This record gives sequence, structure tokens and C-alpha cells, in this order.
Amino acid sequence: MVDSEPEAGGQFLRGRAKFEHRGVTHLKNTEAWLVEDRTLHLRGPKQLHFDALVIATGAYDRPLPFPGWDGPGVITAGAAQALAKQGVTLAERVIVAGTGPFLLPVATALLDLGATLVGVYEASSPTRWLRESKAVLANRHKIAELASYRKVLSHLETRTAVIAKHGDRVTVAKLDRHWRPVSHRTEHADLVCIGHGFLPRTDLVPNAKRTNDFLDVDERQQTSIPGVYAAGEVTGIGGADLAEAEGIIAGAAAAHQEPPARALEAVRKGRLFAQALARAHAIQPGWQTWLNPDTTVCRCEKVSLQDLSDATSMRELKLTSRVAMGRCQGRICARNAAELTGIPFDGQRRVIAVPIPLGELAALPEEPS
Amino acid sequence: MHPDVVVVGAGIIGAACAQALKARGLDVLVLDRHGPASGTSSAGEGNVLVSDKEPGPELDLALASRELWPDLGADAEWEEKGGLVVATTPEAAEPLKAFAAAQRAAGIDACELTPQEALSHEPHLNPDITAAVHYLQDAQLNPVKATKALLRGIRIINAEVSTTDGRSVTTSDGVISCGAVVNATGPWARNFGVNVLPRRGVVLVTTPIPGTIRHKVYDADYVGAVASGDADLQTSGVVESTQAGTVLIGSSRQRKGFDDTIESKVLKALARKAIALFPMLTDVPVMRAYGGFRPYAPDHLPIIGEDPRTPGLWHATGHEGAGVGLAPATGRLLAELLTGATPLVDPHPFRVDRPEVMV
Repeated sequence: MVDSEPEAGGQFLRGRAKFEHRGVTHLKNTEAWLVEDRTLHLRGPKQLHFDALVIATGAYDRPLPFPGWDGPGVITAGAAQALAKQGVTLAERVIVAGTGPFLLPVATALLDLGATLVGVYEASSPTRWLRESKAVLANRHKIAELASYRKVLSHLETRTAVIAKHGDRVTVAKLDRHWRPVSHRTEHADLVCIGHGFLPRTDLVPNAKRTNDFLDVDERQQTSIPGVYAAGEVTGIGGADLAEAEGIIAGAAAAHQEPPARALEAVRKGRLFAQALARAHAIQPGWQTWLNPDTTVCRCEKVSLQDLSDATSMRELKLTSRVAMGRCQGRICARNAAELTGIPFDGQRRVIAVPIPLGELAALPEEPS
Repeated sequence: MHPDVVVVGAGIIGAACAQALKARGLDVLVLDRHGPASGTSSAGEGNVLVSDKEPGPELDLALASRELWPDLGADAEWEEKGGLVVATTPEAAEPLKAFAAAQRAAGIDACELTPQEALSHEPHLNPDITAAVHYLQDAQLNPVKATKALLRGIRIINAEVSTTDGRSVTTSDGVISCGAVVNATGPWARNFGVNVLPRRGVVLVTTPIPGTIRHKVYDADYVGAVASGDADLQTSGVVESTQAGTVLIGSSRQRKGFDDTIESKVLKALARKAIALFPMLTDVPVMRAYGGFRPYAPDHLPIIGEDPRTPGLWHATGHEGAGVGLAPATGRLLAELLTGATPLVDPHPFRVDRPEVMV
């Protein structure tokens, strides 16, 4: 088990998982950067040779840009939750904004640390869930989960978004169903935590087939690459229980065993929920009206909306504007830049999953035998 | 729609041909399946080099292009950064000096430097180098911006061309008749009857370290790797920085069809050779790798001219890794031949009717 974190638990459990299993070697603080045939290349450099590989690399927040999002006092909801889990108090007055149920545990964690919650702003309309009765009925435990966030539900405003921040003055807008602002007001907050859904971390398998960025898998969690399985948020966003069930299936399939029926059933139900979630909280194009011409789109290379050139492909756009060419390699901005310019998003094939010093590349073995 | 000329391929060569034809008053239509500079042109470093060419027809074409680029590439981050070629072994020193002397005789500005002088130009260079030559004419540009600049005011349609008879092209959107057709499809030119093969190359990109490396710096063994016809992996240390401060590291050559998998042995070889030139790069992270396919002609010369078997079909391809550097003169030569004007260089070496080229 190759783990980039110091302890098991990933982003969700943050080291609070008690993982110990005989027969499992847990490589902590270890990053994988390339899959080459049946070899997984790790930092070091080290190599692991496999018969089957399970990709469970999760996802990261997608932030939508607005004037001031690149300034101080704006972080992703995921970063806020990570810091909160370490007990870091971030600010006195906080806003959590974006879309999706993930905003609620983040707001709860900040409130528990003693922050003043100015508001939790959900851009989508809750009525979208009324069309998803099948998914809701199959996943009633998710409703029970909602109750655990009741402390913050009173702060929740739907069809609402943060569309600008200047110092501690935050512009909060009411949105129409396309997410275009219809009215706005000013709130005061030191910190705005934003999360507009998630993007999967799929760099290790740049050639695997995908739909809307997420890896395609069959009923045994196998990707389009034989012997390579995927589980969790890399296949779609559906919560921890779905991720766990997918992991059970992927692990069994990778070991050539029949997956437990319970896990298969949990995945079937969980996928219904994941699909409903994707529909109910789909990003609506009105966000593009939140930007001014000089609003930053790419933070690494300081590319603003007006710098995005006419282009017909992502590569042309990148090489003429430098958007997505910096340290994050487009992980934060490429999707947004594609939507702002109308260029088809090509999934951003990155062949080196994490930055790796030249000295390590030079120390690779002659042949990955 | 009946253009005088249809140019197939909106890479740097197709764009240069279209620009030169338009400048001579012809009505030009460019077709490309993906868009400007979407293939080989955007997969390199944007080099305009004279340093890597021995005296002969390709150098003549390179020098003619070098004269044209500063005007054409003014909006494309044109930078006369200069090249620094170094010998890294005692045995390589004399051949490099002799190569440079022959180039000087052919009109190249090639200035021999002592290792100490080379270090004053490039402070992080490995002090163990045995010889160095400074080429003042070597330059660099942004190939996508350059392609788009050349295509300004020229119609481009996104379509894939399946066949041509020299008077029309069959595209994914129907047939377009025209006066002549230019095959500028780079490594895919074989589809139109010339023996061009894809030769794979990979470039590593580091995180930004602005100001650390100033020239294009490469190992003198690069010239040998370019001239080789071997299908197996060949690598040579080529290091330069971009205006964004990132460092580009090449170069690799491999003939394995259009297979674009990244191989760790290529990454290893590139990293080792870059560190041999600049030891300080050891701790600098690589954040990206990209690759592409060079259009390789087995006799190592571009193919520019009319196809004797298909009147009306013209070829402009086979530039291997030098397409950006050779583009303006290639476009000009093709336009001059097509319109019956006096060619700016001797076209004979680039003719289509060569034993290695006709298939």
C-alpha cells in the first residue's frame, strides 16, 4: 500500500484510521509518479512490480475563480477541513461557499473550532434533489448524515455564492438557476472557503478511459487498462461509504476473488447517489459572469481572463497564454480555462504525476525489470 | 470555394507555405484535423538553429530562414539567445573545433571559447568541459504564436484530408477542388506518398529557475545523434530556459511508429545528460514531460517540391527536428517554385524525386 500521507486515512480520516493488516506493507510518505507496464515508479527512486494495481488516489477541490479568489483569505474547502482536522484555528469570521454536501462537514468543523460562521452558501437549488427520489430512497442513510450537520444548516443559503472578495468585504450574490447573479449584498469575513465540486487525481493512468474526468470502471472496478483497478473518488464523487465498497470490490478482484455481494449492492446504490449528486450540483455556466477581464484564472502563471487567447485546443491555449503551465500543471485552472474559452477539455494528460528532481530520474535503474 | 492552393497541415511548415503563397497573391486555404500547431510544431522547443548543421543544402536553407524569422516572428517571443555547444570529453574537443571551423567558412558566426570563457557565459556549466563554441545566430521563438502569426488573415478549416489528386482534396467534409495542393502534414506525410517516418522525441520541463541558464546549451554529440539513422534510442544533452524561467531538457530520438508511451529509460537518459552539463540541475524538480513526432526523411533532408507522379501535388515535409528553424525559407522556396519565380536557394537537393523519398 503506497501512501503519500504519513498515516493511513487519506484526506477523509486524516490519520485517524487504525490501519494494520498482516501481509500488507504500508509505505508511508511515499509518492508514486509513473506507471510503466507492470511497474509502479515511486519517489526515491524505487520500483514496485505488480500483477494488479489499484488506483485509489482520490480527488481534490475545484475552485471557481472570482475577483479576489487569488488573494489572502481564500482557501479551498478541502484545505480548510484538513487544517481543521489538525486543530488549526484559521480565522474569526468564516464563509463556506460552493456546491455540494461536502460544504456542510467543513462548516461544522470550523464552527467546532470556535469560528463565527457568517454563512454557508450553496450555489445550486435544493429543489434539484426533488427529481432524484430514486437515489435518495436507495440511500436513506445519507439523510441521517445530514442531521449530524444540523448546527450549520441554519446558516445555509441556497442559490447563493461568493462572487467577489476585497479585503474582508465579501460580495455575496443570489443566483438564478444558471448561477448568474440576480442581486448581491456585502458580508464581512476574514476567510472564505470554496469548493465547487471535485476533480479526480488520475495522473498515474493518463491513457485510461474516462467520462467527465472520472475513470471508467467495470463491475469489478477494472479500468480500461487490464490489471489496473480504480476505487473511490477517482471513479466519481459519492461519499466515503461508496469509496469503501469500491475498495472492497477492487481489492477482491485484484486478488482474483469473488467480491462480497454486500459490497456490490452498496456500490449499486451508491452509484445512484453519486449520479444524482453530479446532476444536482452540476456546475452551471453562469459562474463565468462572476469574473472581470483582469480576474486571475491561473494563479501559478498569473494569467487573467483577458489573457486567454483565441485557440482551438488546450495545447494551443496553454502555449499562447501560459495558462495551466505553472507549478500546479493545470490541476486547479485548466478545467476553468477550458470552460471560459469554450475549448473542449481534453483531460490534461500529465505523464509525470508529481514533481520529481532530475537527480532521482538520473538514478533510475537501466531497465524496470 | 475554389482556392488557388490548399495547404494540408497547419503546423509551422504549412503556415509558412500558406503565408508565402498568400504574399504572392494566391488565394490559400489551410486544412488541419486539429488546428494550428497541434502536432509536431508545439511538441518541440521552438529552436531556430544554425549551430547543428554542417555546410550543405540544409545549412543554406537554415541561414535563409534565419534572415526571415526576425520580421516574421516579431510577435512570437523571438529571442536571439545564442547557442553554446560544449565538448564533454577530451576526444570530442577537436572534432567540435573542426566542425565550427567548417561552419565559419560557410558564413556561420561560430566563436571558439575557452572553458573559462564558456563558464563566464554560463556560470552553472560543468567546469570539466573540454571545448566550447558560441553560436550567436541561434535563436528561439514560441512555435504556436509563430504559427498563428504566419496564418494571420488566412482561412483555416478543421477537416481531415484522406486523399488528393493534386487538383482537389477529399476531406471529412467533402471534396474541395483547387489549383494545387501542398502536403505539409509533417510526420503523417507518408499518407500522401513520400517516405517520411515519425521519429519520437521527449522533452522534460523543470519548475521555474529564472536566470540560471542563459543560452541553448548542448553537448557536441548532439550533431551525431541527429545525423544517425538508427531506430534505437539516441539521447544527447540539450538544455535551455524559456522566458517563463522553466528549463527545457532534451533530446531523445527513437523510431517506434506513433507509440507515445513515456519510458523511464528515456527520462533517465535525458536527466543524466542534463546533469552532466549542469550539475546544479540535480535537485531541480521536473514538473512535466511532453513528447512528439519529428518528420524523419531517411536521407536527412527536407522534401520541398512538386511530386513528379502527381502534377499539382507539392510536398513540404521531412524537416525532422528543424522545422521551426527551416520554415520561412521552406515556405518561400515552395511558393517560388509553385509560381515559377527564381528560388532563393538551390531547390535540387530537396526535390521529391530522390530514391529514399519516393514510395
